[in-house]
Formats: sequence, C-alpha cells, structure tokens
Amino acid sequence: MEIRPILSTLRRHKVTATLVILEIALTCAIVCNAIFLIGQRLDHIDLPSGVAESELMQIIPVGIGKQADSHARATADLAALRQIPGVTGATMANQLPFGNQSWNSSIRLSPDQKLPSLNSTIYYGQDVVRIYGLDLIAGRNFQDDEYKWWDDTAGDDSLSPHVGIVTQALARKLFPNENPLGKTIWQGTNNIQIIGVVRTLTRPNLRDVESNGYSIIMPLRVTMGNFAGFVLRSRPQDRARVLDEAVATLRKQDPRRVFTEKRTYDEIRKKFFAGDRSMTVLLATVCAALLIVTALGIVGLGSFWVAQRRRQIGVRRALGARRIDIVRYFQTENFLLATIGIALGMVLAYGINLLLMVHYELPRLPFIYLPAGAALLWLLGQAAVLGPALRAASVPPVVATRG
Amino acid sequence: MFAYYLQLGLRSLRRNPMLTALMVMAIGFGVAASMTTYSVFRATSRNPIPQKSDVLYMAQVDNWGPENTEKGEPPNALSYIDAMALMRAKKASRQTAIYPIGPSVIPEDAGRLPMRQGAYAVGADFFTMFDAPFIQGGPWTSEDDDKHASTIVIDRKLNEKLFNGGQSVGKQVNLDGRLFRVTGVIDEWNPQPRFFDVVNTGGFDDAPGVYIPYNRAIDLQLATNGNNNCSSDPGEGWDNYIRSECIWNAFWVELPTKAAAADYKRFLQGYASEQQRAGRFRWAPNVRLRGVMEWLDVQHVVPPESQISLAVAFGFLIICLVNTIGLLLAKFMRRAPEIGVRRALGASRRTIYAQFLIEAGTVGLAGGLLGLILTGIGVLGVGLVFPKDIARLATLDPSLVLLTLVVAIAASLIAAFYPTWRAAQVQPAWQLKSN
Repeated sequence: MEIRPILSTLRRHKVTATLVILEIALTCAIVCNAIFLIGQRLDHIDLPSGVAESELMQIIPVGIGKQADSHARATADLAALRQIPGVTGATMANQLPFGNQSWNSSIRLSPDQKLPSLNSTIYYGQDVVRIYGLDLIAGRNFQDDEYKWWDDTAGDDSLSPHVGIVTQALARKLFPNENPLGKTIWQGTNNIQIIGVVRTLTRPNLRDVESNGYSIIMPLRVTMGNFAGFVLRSRPQDRARVLDEAVATLRKQDPRRVFTEKRTYDEIRKKFFAGDRSMTVLLATVCAALLIVTALGIVGLGSFWVAQRRRQIGVRRALGARRIDIVRYFQTENFLLATIGIALGMVLAYGINLLLMVHYELPRLPFIYLPAGAALLWLLGQAAVLGPALRAASVPPVVATRG
Repeated sequence: MFAYYLQLGLRSLRRNPMLTALMVMAIGFGVAASMTTYSVFRATSRNPIPQKSDVLYMAQVDNWGPENTEKGEPPNALSYIDAMALMRAKKASRQTAIYPIGPSVIPEDAGRLPMRQGAYAVGADFFTMFDAPFIQGGPWTSEDDDKHASTIVIDRKLNEKLFNGGQSVGKQVNLDGRLFRVTGVIDEWNPQPRFFDVVNTGGFDDAPGVYIPYNRAIDLQLATNGNNNCSSDPGEGWDNYIRSECIWNAFWVELPTKAAAADYKRFLQGYASEQQRAGRFRWAPNVRLRGVMEWLDVQHVVPPESQISLAVAFGFLIICLVNTIGLLLAKFMRRAPEIGVRRALGASRRTIYAQFLIEAGTVGLAGGLLGLILTGIGVLGVGLVFPKDIARLATLDPSLVLLTLVVAIAASLIAAFYPTWRAAQVQPAWQLKSN
C-alpha cells in the first residue's frame, strides 16, 4: 500500500486529522490509567483473609458499662452458643480480618530498641486458630493452661502470657531466612516467645501491601466489656439459621442486650470492599463510555471525509482502483492516525500515572499496559472506520464523470 | 434575527438526526459524568462552618518527638496533659477540648432497651464556638465545667425519644446508669465534614445526640470511643492512662483576629519550650495552629475516590468536546454550498458566525437537558460508589442544575468556535462555481 498519497491528503486536512489523533491520544491515556486503577482495586478486593470465610459469623453486642461477673457471663454465653445444633465453634474475639475495628501494637526485637521494627495487629480470643480456620504451618497451637483473661493481665507484664502465634508475613519480616520458632519479640515491655506460625491472617484495617499481613495471636480471653464480639462457625448452609438462633440464645441469657452487628463473614468482606467494588464499576463504565464516544467520533469524521471525497474516490475507481483498494486506503489512513495518537497517548498516560504516583501513592504503570492499550485502540479504530470505508468503496466510478 | 437563526438551527439539526443525536449524547454524557462527580467533590470539600471558619483553629503539640512521628508532623490529637494545660491557660477567647464517647442512654421506662448514642465530651465554650443551634435552654456554664457538674446537652432527636419532644431543660438523662441534668436541647446539628472530629469520623458520620462536660467525663473514667494511640505503654489504670503520652483529644480555640492567632501560636511555642526545659519533651518545640479548611485539607477529608473520579470525568468531558468539534466541523462543512449562497446574497461573516454559534448553542442546550436528566440519575446512583454518609450530601440542587446547563452550553460553544470560523471562511465564489 502506497502511503504517500494518504499523507498528502492528511496534510490538507490537518485540523480534522489532529482532532482524530487528539481524541485517540486522550482516550488511550485515560483508558490505560483507568484499567490500571481497576486492576489495582481488583487485587485489593481479592486479598485473602486467611480465615474460613464461608463458615464464620459475627455478633457484636453493645456493652453496658463494666460488669462484675463478666468472666462467668462470657463463659455461660459461649456454653449456650455451643449447644445450638450445627455450631462447630464459638468464641469471643476482639476482631476479624476486614472487620474494621482493630487493635494494634508496635513490635520491637529488644526492649531498649529505639524505633519499633513494625506495627502489628493483635488478635485476642480463646481458640482463635481453630475456630477461624487458620492454617498452622509451623510450631503448635496454644494449650488450655496458657490462656488468661485479658482484663486480669492489662498493664501488668508479670501476669501477661509470654507466648504468641504470628503470621508468616510477620515472621519473614522480623527474621528473614531464620526459623522464627522460639524467637522472642517485644510488645511494649512484654516479651513474647513465638510458638507457632500461621500462613495468612490479614488485618481488620488495611494499610499498605507490605504490612497487611502483620498479625499476632495471643492466648487471651476477652469479654463484652473489652469491645469484643461473638464469633461462630458452622457449615455454610447452616449459617442463616445458626445466626438467628444465636441471637435468640444470647437474648435469653440477657434480655436487655442490644446488638450492633449480626452478620456472616461474607457480609463483612462485602461491606469492607464495597467502595472498591463500586469504584471498579464506575471506572469500567467510564472506560466503556470513552471507547464508545471515540468510536462514534471516528465514524462521524470518517463519514464526513468519505462524503467530501466522493469525486476523488470516483476518479480512482474509474482509473482502475478496486473496491478493496478504496477500503484499504481508509483503513491505512486510520491506522496512521491511530498510531500517532497512540504514541502521543502513551506519553500522556505516563504523565498521568506520574501525577497519580505523587498524589495517591500508586505504583508505576506496568509496561504491559502500553502494548495492550495500543492494540485496543488500533482495533477500535479499524472497527470504527470499517463502515465509512465500505460506504466509500460503494461509490460508483461514474461519479467521476458527473457534475 | 436570533429567533430566525434558532429556527434555522433547529431545522438543520433535524436534517441529519444521527449526527445531531451523536453530538447531543456526547455533550450530555460528558456533562453528566463531570457534574455527578463534581456534586460529590463539592459535598466533601465544602466549608462546614463558613460564618466562622476564619476564627476557629485546631491546636497540635508534638509530645511524641521525631522518633514516633512522620515527616515532622505532630500527632493529630493531644494527650490529656496537654489538652488540660491549654484548657487551664485560657489564652484564647474561647477554647474547648473534645473527645468522642460511646455511652448507652438508658430510658426511664425499664421495658425499653438501652440506646447507644454518638456523643462528645466537650467544654462549655464548644456550643458558642461552633454555633450549635439551641431550641431549648442553652449550654452549661463555665462554672459547671469548673464544678465538674453532671450536665448534658441533647439533640432534638434524642429529646423526642426520651421526652416526646417536650420541654426537657432541668430534667434528668441516664447515661450508663448515671444521671445528668439537661441544660439545653439543640436542633439536629451535624456540620459536614465534621471538622472538630475528623480524626475519628473521617469527616462524615451520623449526627451525635449527646454532649457532656469534659471534666465530668474524665471523672467518670469514660474512655474515648475514637482512636487512642500510645507511643509507649501507659501502664495500668485510669490515672496512669491520663498521665501518659497517649493521644486522644482534639483541642479547638476561637481567635477573633489574625494577630490573636499569631499570639496564640507564640503561646503554643512557649508552652512546648517550657515542656522541653522541664525535660518532658526531648526535642525542639513542634506545634501547629491550623484553621478549619487547612485542617480538613491536611487530614485528607476529600476521599481519593472523589478526586480520581472527578479527574476521570473531566477527561471524559474533554474527549466528548474534541469529538463534538469533529462532528460540528463535519456538519458545518457539509453545508458549504448553503453558506456560499448566503454569503453571495450579502450575508457578512459576522452573521454566519451568529447563525452557526446559535445552532451550536441549541445543541448545547439539548445536550444540557439530557445531561441534567443523566446527572439526576447519576446523583441518585452516587450511593453505589461512595459511603452513604457522603452520598447523601450529594444532591441536585438549583445551583447544580444551573451549572449543568451553563457547562453544557459553554462546552458546545467552545467546541463550535473552530468549526464556525471555518464556515465563515467559505469562499462564496468557489461554492457557486462548483455547483
């Protein structure tokens, strides 16, 4: 295909050509970044929690001040909950991954270390490893005699438990290339020996990719007075019934009890990521709208050009050009414009990405987005120009001899 | 002439409905997307207390030092020690320490369940400083503050629940089993963003219904219902806790003039260097005194979702505009012969400009009307993307309606500028000859 006649035609329609290039460039830049943002959000939404998500439920009661017999009450409540048919586990715990309410602490490797090594979230509750369905990959679980009541030990290190289970992410960060079992870490002035490692247990509140998995589990029982909630486990199909019966059971134990939350784990996850999911839908809609508008623009201008060049096309046809030659002409023309537009769009895409990196701490746009974006816009351009090109090809040669 | 051109424009738009529909849709969608996202942006970036935002300031004192803070920014809350010291100093014309509490209101009727209430522990000045609208009674007095009195201010909603909306000043309210005397009832009041407690609410939350004296809340050992951060272990018990460097208090002052603000900043500096001399701070004074809008900005109250979607939507509008330029060009140039005839019959370039800009304006108006409908739908759908506390602030009010139409017409006129210029350049002789 000879390009020179196309170039000389384009040179005479600078403005219209520039408009098409500009539109493709802007679309390319925005779509590349929007798809990148969508990818980021989707990764975020799929973040594993580490718990048996399809089997867990949570009920959070409102605490009414301090209660004297809170230990006995908690024990009685849990005993009653375990009687419900279908319940395979029940405990009171301070938090769940993605549950929003979180307890955190700075962790040091020695008590006199100046800056903390990292900030970790701390999970409290009896039998958390088993009931949450965590994957214990090294060491052992807590023994019954290692558990204490949280409010008995608060503020007094000598009473606090000195054993803990950590996540693999935390162990790797603190002790790279070493066996973490038996190592000691410091939470404030309390020393904790690592006795077990679980594969994954994500934080209730997310911070950044690196520290999302920093969690420690301590053998401490919590009660209603400590802002704790009930966590129940059952088979997935029993959950709705178990949840209703559990609320009824807890009301029977104490009729003045009010609940702020009563939900399955699926609801916790859905609520936590609701904003991300909607943002994904929004960005995807805008991308689709952009591509449609750009395609329609190319169709509109393409038709205008065909109408303008009817005679020229007629002459070419009369001089022996085949229909396919005319179609090729318009396709090549569009390909050229798209290529310039895409090249410009890439630069713009990187510029926008740089802005996003500075303002929103986003990572750099991966290289793969550029060829993918280019291919998408080339295809879009070719598809959009096909209609006008076919209409051009149907111009009869006889037009050349008229008016 | 205007009416005639309008008629010509409408007729021309009817002549190729496909092209017209494309342009109207491009403008409509572009405008709707930007206006919808703008409505959210406007809601989150607005001034919550415009009448007083230039005299209210939030104070910060760095009690953690460079080891525990980032980029030299002092912690976003104060320790009890600092909040109390600033409160006692009374160096501002009005001042209040603030922290959120989460008490349960226990109705007198034993058959009714306790209600969890959003609440704040505040000083007596709080209500005057922030223009809280009283419908009964008023704030408690500063003597009440000094006496650690059990007084309470409730909002209209809680007054309706507890006292069926009747006169309740002087009556008692039971919080967690303790009685408080009502001194006033405020109307439903929920400044958004909630500038005085951005740290715990992110700026947006349901209206709090209860306010009690700060000093009384401390006596009752009511822990904060918001964030509490400690740089070191506070040790056991309430007394150790309030003597610790844990931070959980906001501190706001009212300073009527810029000079007073500068004085107060100097006072804060002085306070911090005093603490340094006393050995409590082992670092140079690091204090901030920020106005309402600056504080909201520093705390990133406008969610990044809102900014990104606004940027994407404006990008979309620009592409729609470029698209409209192309389509208008196609449309106008197709009518070159008609323009040639009009010019040959004596129309000046000026009249050609007028005719085509009016035609473009009608496209803009149609696009604006479509955009208005779509913005309406978009605003209803804001709740799907943004948290409900933010979504309900985004509304299609008269100013947004006007703005939508203005943006649509302005956009189409800008888009029409070049095509119109090209149309006016048409050489009559050329067109007449070729036909």
